[in-house]
Amino acid sequence: MSLWQIFNMGQTISEKILSAHAGYDVKAGELAIVNVDSAMASDTTAPLTLKAFKEMGGTTPWNSEKTIFVIDHASPAPNERIANLHKLMREFARKTNSVLYDEGVGICHQIMVEEQHVKPGQLVIGADSHTVTYGALGAFSTGVGSTDLAAIMLTGKTWLKVPESIKIILKGKPNPGVTAKDIILEVVGKIGLNGATYKALEYSGSTLEYLTLGDRMTIANMAVEMGGKTGIIETSGLELPYHFEPVLPDSDAEYSQTLTIDVSSIRPKIAKPHSPENVCDIDDVLGTKIDMAFIGTCTNGRLEDLQLAASILKGKKLATGVRMLITPASRNVLNHVMADGTMNILSEAGATFIPPGCGPCVGTHLGVPGNNEVILSTANRNFPGRMGNPNASVYLASPAVVAASALTGVITDPISMGKDK
Amino acid sequence: MTGRVHLYDIDNIDTDRIIPGKYTKTLDVSIFADHCLEDLDSDFKHKVQQGDVLVAGWNFGCGSSREQAPIALKVSGISVVIARSFSRIFYRNAINIGLPILETPDHTIADGASLEIDLESGKVYDGNTEYSASPLPQIMIDILNEGGLVSYLKKHRTYTF
Repeated sequence: MSLWQIFNMGQTISEKILSAHAGYDVKAGELAIVNVDSAMASDTTAPLTLKAFKEMGGTTPWNSEKTIFVIDHASPAPNERIANLHKLMREFARKTNSVLYDEGVGICHQIMVEEQHVKPGQLVIGADSHTVTYGALGAFSTGVGSTDLAAIMLTGKTWLKVPESIKIILKGKPNPGVTAKDIILEVVGKIGLNGATYKALEYSGSTLEYLTLGDRMTIANMAVEMGGKTGIIETSGLELPYHFEPVLPDSDAEYSQTLTIDVSSIRPKIAKPHSPENVCDIDDVLGTKIDMAFIGTCTNGRLEDLQLAASILKGKKLATGVRMLITPASRNVLNHVMADGTMNILSEAGATFIPPGCGPCVGTHLGVPGNNEVILSTANRNFPGRMGNPNASVYLASPAVVAASALTGVITDPISMGKDK
Repeated sequence: MTGRVHLYDIDNIDTDRIIPGKYTKTLDVSIFADHCLEDLDSDFKHKVQQGDVLVAGWNFGCGSSREQAPIALKVSGISVVIARSFSRIFYRNAINIGLPILETPDHTIADGASLEIDLESGKVYDGNTEYSASPLPQIMIDILNEGGLVSYLKKHRTYTF
């Protein structure tokens, strides 16, 4: 019998996962040294990670199979400086037998899930803030900087403050045209950019039965937009191609706050410039003129997102003056949309496909907007300069809203166009 | 230590504004000084001097996990960042690279003020006003005392509480 059972105090999912990785029971507020299941870095963070790792005296990572590098943020390389950083990553991975996903394989968070580098109940740390995405699998995952990741490569461990948790109960069935993106934008609007700082979000409720793995990744992905350390979704209703033991919270677990959201009453949502918390119903911004539509990113670049866009754009053409960029989240997604005709539909409508990766979302390359242009994007952030130009304005929305708006040239409700998800 | 204040009493200054993503992909961190905070204040790079103090609002450093953000402030000459609160990744990154940060939720510090700061005690003296910053956890004090996480791990090889 553990101490927790003796004192009859319940644990949240975060407390359970961190206890298992600390080797003793921990409670919110405690500092703990924890064993890490996988460590990941992208081409934005890996070069500084490798530099710090070498300076610490490291040569080979604590576990090569659990050390994963992904070339996605500026991929394929836009210039010689970045090409040489990619080369550095390739050489290190080859020398140490670490795992490397080279250009074109996909966005790191999509790859980590597709390639099963993360599973339910695990603790995964990535040198990218959207590492929180794996909460979709009921894992505890969070982002750190390059030096913290180098320390994990050296020791296999990190230190964490066990977070308090905010419980988010999602109840009811989403209306047609309302997607996981609209649900998470509603949550971000309610909690705010700073509302979950140092805390974990823990999602439960009857809505989960309607959510696919992709939907759950969209929701978990934006935990960091509320300052959250992680955003874990209960695994009830989640189907995976392997057996797993769900980690469920105790019924008497303690939460710093509980928020219940009736998903059946949510309208399609928009986050207006220049902050992800600047959320409104689509009705408040209908008719806003757009120059560019962007579907992709670790938030919404999956097969179902592209298929949803194709169901709206099928047999039609983009509005005059509107350009549309599409980035499949991975080569796997790209291969699927080529095979099932989705890519043809989108390309014939006038969309431009760019290789799987992060480029436009982080303002690196492959779609930087011009001054005073308005972009409607499926990404997770719209801070000034995010897409590479501080004089552009970015609105965030679901793939359904982005596709419908690309057809009309103004922000458009996909339902009013008679298209359902 | 003493330092002159650059005040940006704005909430949610994110990492894209501290150092835009388009400049982060390099190992030559000295170039960050040319672009640090450029989308917030294009004059910052001309105004800042070695040893100056940056003072900000709530949730400073939110957004991406890029360690280039605290590095950009450090190579610009900033010696301490004072904010009402910090995002958690920025907080860790700053300590890890040896940039001291102080969380003082209720400050009324003015631009151009000259502050006296005692990092050991977390006290900030602004003329006759004294602020006590939220204390750092011991592990972070240990890392800062070693000059950052690289030096800490070079010495200890692993984390010790």
